[in-house]
Amino acid sequence: MSKNTEFVKFDKVDKSYDGKVLVVKDLNLNISEGEFITMLGPSGSGKTTCLMMLAGFETPTNGEIYLDSNPISNIPPHKRGIGMVFQNYALFPHMTVYENLAFPLRVRKVQKDEIDKKVDKALSMVSLSGFESRMPAQLSGGQQQRVAVARALVFDPAVVLMDEPLGALDKNLRESMQYEIKHIHENIGVTVVYVTHDQGEALTMSNRIAVFNDGKVQQLSSPDKLYEEPVNSFVAEFIGENNTFGGEVTDISKNVCKVKLQNGEILANPISVSSKGDKTTVSIRPERALINPKDKMDNNQTGKIEEVIYHGDHTRVRLDLLGNKEFILKVPNSSNELDLKLGNEIKVGWNSQDARALDPK
Amino acid sequence: MSSETKQILTTDGIPLEISLKKAERKNKIKAFLLVAPLLLFLIITYIFPIGEMFTRSIDDKMITNMLPKTFKSMETWDGKELPSEDVFASFLSDFKILVEKKEHGKLAQRLNKEKNGFNTITKKLFRQVKRNKIDETQSIKEQIMKVHKRWRNVEYWQAIKRTAPPYTSAKYLKAMDMYLNEDNKITQVSEDRRIHRILWLRTVEVAFFVTVFCFLMGYPIAHLLATLPMKYSNLLMICVLLPFWTSLLVRTASWMILLQQQGVVNDFFVMIGLVADDNRPEMMYNKVGTYVAMTQILLPFMVLPLYSVMKTISPSLMRAGKSLGGTPFVAFWKVYFPLTIPGIGAGCLLVFILAIGYYITPALVGGASGTLISNQIAYHMKTTLDWSFASAMGLMLLGGVLVIYWLYNKLVGVDNIKLG
Repeated sequence: MSKNTEFVKFDKVDKSYDGKVLVVKDLNLNISEGEFITMLGPSGSGKTTCLMMLAGFETPTNGEIYLDSNPISNIPPHKRGIGMVFQNYALFPHMTVYENLAFPLRVRKVQKDEIDKKVDKALSMVSLSGFESRMPAQLSGGQQQRVAVARALVFDPAVVLMDEPLGALDKNLRESMQYEIKHIHENIGVTVVYVTHDQGEALTMSNRIAVFNDGKVQQLSSPDKLYEEPVNSFVAEFIGENNTFGGEVTDISKNVCKVKLQNGEILANPISVSSKGDKTTVSIRPERALINPKDKMDNNQTGKIEEVIYHGDHTRVRLDLLGNKEFILKVPNSSNELDLKLGNEIKVGWNSQDARALDPK
Repeated sequence: MSSETKQILTTDGIPLEISLKKAERKNKIKAFLLVAPLLLFLIITYIFPIGEMFTRSIDDKMITNMLPKTFKSMETWDGKELPSEDVFASFLSDFKILVEKKEHGKLAQRLNKEKNGFNTITKKLFRQVKRNKIDETQSIKEQIMKVHKRWRNVEYWQAIKRTAPPYTSAKYLKAMDMYLNEDNKITQVSEDRRIHRILWLRTVEVAFFVTVFCFLMGYPIAHLLATLPMKYSNLLMICVLLPFWTSLLVRTASWMILLQQQGVVNDFFVMIGLVADDNRPEMMYNKVGTYVAMTQILLPFMVLPLYSVMKTISPSLMRAGKSLGGTPFVAFWKVYFPLTIPGIGAGCLLVFILAIGYYITPALVGGASGTLISNQIAYHMKTTLDWSFASAMGLMLLGGVLVIYWLYNKLVGVDNIKLG
């Protein structure tokens, strides 16, 4: 059985609230069956609007959304059969956990014993068996979250939408919930569309990530590709940490280009530059630049240490390098032999393949 | 294990509890001083007047003080046949004192209320006393009995005895169109004189329907207020609050202008041909006027609690209801509506309690068939000056409100009230 790769399909979708500004611009996105896809982006980037259009609470201004090849723009939310987990859980405060979970089944006129069975199953899936008679207010944030997840799954929807579901939890709980949701997804194979502005969350949970900015998908790819190979400077900037140099291409070949900076010159990997004279922003991940490199690297520079911040498992070093005073290095704390003192000059090197020459900011 | 738990001491060796109390005392005093003016104000303007009203409504001491000896000697009288010489003698001596103080008129009035016919015979007795016709060396009983034949009637003496207790429930019974008859039995007044009960029922009826109308009209408005974007909801809120900023009298008067037979509404009906010019419906000086005006005036009291509750209901709850497969109606009825019950309770209770004691509006637009019990209370306060009767009715109104509150607490729970 081959999986439907166009299970959810956004086809040329535009959305505007006021007729002046497009919140979502020409969105084309295919989500395959059973996939965990995350829409990631800063607030106001249109990701939640996309989710709301899929859920049926907003209508596309133009274009069509297909669910399993059926256009759904004219189907009201309650007939779409899409489960949804809301940002603030949206548990019904006047109903017990059992009643909350039974709600979608009751409105579907499911038999009583069938409801009991399904609720039981859903609760054990989120390891909350025995909490049936509790009121939502008697649960902790994490438990409420899990009830919300169970409620969105209890009626076996084909797609589950999650709108920043972990935003209100503290850091530790958020992390353990990330794994829990990921495991639930793996176990039952439901299609999940997840919205978040937290890149860590997106990277750990998703099969694919769609990075939104300014109403457009900037990049749609797997987490590792997104981090290692950002296609433009917004993605490079938004995902993870990033050192940048603004400059101009002075020489270009197939897989290396020379970029002239204000005071210096570096070699970079041409991604979105094509000819001499192009303006560019070169992006290097902090962990790709090494201090006193043992291997041979084609970029070797000297920088002055401006700041040293201890981070437990690693130390962050801020350098003044080639006129960039915000050049960050991550040094694992196992390498004790380094002499990281303020004002010291150190040698830094990186490969031109890791320095991606992207569009200018 | 020792039975006594170990006392926790502070580092200075003072028991922790005492130390804590000391530390908190200053705050407690401060808090008390802050509320003290209000407390005092409440006691003076609320608790004290209610107490005063209550004593006034049951007070019957006047006659008790007028006939002290009589009542004392009547204690041994069984009340079946004419009382003994002793009672007559004490009555005469009490009466003489009253004559000296020129208070015999008041006595006659009070006794006449208890039983018709006392006026005449008291006057006759007064004349005999004034002329010193009663010889105290002879049997006083015989002499008084000769003054008027009614003094020989045991019923009149029974009536006097009935007035002996310093407290009476007569005013309360009167408010229910009842009275205590000769045998101390609660009896209804004759049918043509039962006016109070109609008024009570009408008051409850009007309050009930005004509450229902306010709810039906206020719920959608409150919902709109809570869900509209700020700039529209502010405008709407002003529209809701506008009546608050206009004097009650002005508002009622404008309803009179609108509703009277030659008024704006009737003119409009005639203009669009809904009614004939010579057959204009009466919309004022009856219950219709009372309903319309009171509903309009009390509407904000329904809208505001509802609004404050609806404001706290996250819109995502309705969305959740819909996304889980509930139709918009199911989502509303199963999710939204139950969550607004605290607001409904508060609004209904507020409107009902205000409506049940409403006075000016029914007085002005109610006419004869639209007046309520409060108008009757005002009538007795201002016209008949029967303050104790007015007090009794006022307290009954208060009691009724408390009963409703209690019922509400039983049914919905006071914790569920949310005013804001």
